[in-house]
Amino acid sequence: MAERQIPEINAGSMADIAFLLLVFFLVTTTIQTDSGLQVTLPQWVDEPPEPQDKNSRNVLEVVINGANQLAVEGEPGFPVESLKEKAIRFITNNGSDPTMSDNPKAAVISLQNDDGTDYSTYLGVYNELQAAYNAIWESEAQRRFGRPYQTLEKEDRMAIREDYPKFLSEAEPTRFD
Amino acid sequence: MSKFKKNKKKDAPGITTASLPDIVFMLLCFFMVVTKMRDADVKVRVRIPQATELQKLEKKSMVSHIFIGPPSPVYQAQFGSAPKIQLNDAFATPDDIMQFVNVERSAINPERHNEMTCAMKIDGEVKMGLITDVKTELRRANFRRVSYLANKRSN
Repeated sequence: MAERQIPEINAGSMADIAFLLLVFFLVTTTIQTDSGLQVTLPQWVDEPPEPQDKNSRNVLEVVINGANQLAVEGEPGFPVESLKEKAIRFITNNGSDPTMSDNPKAAVISLQNDDGTDYSTYLGVYNELQAAYNAIWESEAQRRFGRPYQTLEKEDRMAIREDYPKFLSEAEPTRFD
Repeated sequence: MSKFKKNKKKDAPGITTASLPDIVFMLLCFFMVVTKMRDADVKVRVRIPQATELQKLEKKSMVSHIFIGPPSPVYQAQFGSAPKIQLNDAFATPDDIMQFVNVERSAINPERHNEMTCAMKIDGEVKMGLITDVKTELRRANFRRVSYLANKRSN
């Protein structure tokens, strides 16, 4: 009987298919990158610092109570949506309005929350304040260099931040217990 | 008829490529298995709030995660439904943070300690009291770069 050979199946293209799959996985797998509000916490000091006697016009007082209500400069029921604009006006006042800051370098925003404040409210408020600073830096970058802030060189960014420093102090939360 | 056939095909035997797919599949499987999205499974319910001024977290190896939220239903019988802190795989109290920071630090070259970031994944309904305790502990541990994780809000 003649030896009949089974023709070998050509598996060469199988590798291609597998590679195709591999590449597909590599390309479509987007490793989820988290993003968030970057904050640098103040240094820990064992003894609470002396209360600074800042000129009260240079301090924008933002208080959130336990019922998630916002008060700005003692004015209760302040809407969160207007906070950014208020903060921008406060910082870039340059002494024109006697109730607001003398100049951007002296302006301090003081944020105080309550232990019962919801995190989402707190973060929303923090976000607005950060947005105010970002907007100021952005417009300053456009004015000086005509470019977006993010594309500037590091020293240029530093120069802007030196003129418009971010002073966001967080007071100890109020506790009712 | 000669004994030595000269005109028989003398092709070099084709190299068998049959094992190539196996190798590639092995690679594929390797990637699929190794690609892990998160190293700790989250035992707390975390629905992070939305914000606009976000910065991407860079250098994943420099990021330590802290989760705060109410325990997920599976764990509620054991731990209750009050918000809890999760460090790595276990529930913790604010007092454990100091140790957690030290462990995280020990894995990283001392020169790069100031690049380390703490990613706080906190449920939006958690009260600030607990978060303030965590923040205080982080300050005490001199671990001051913090990122409050949030989702992008589209305006």
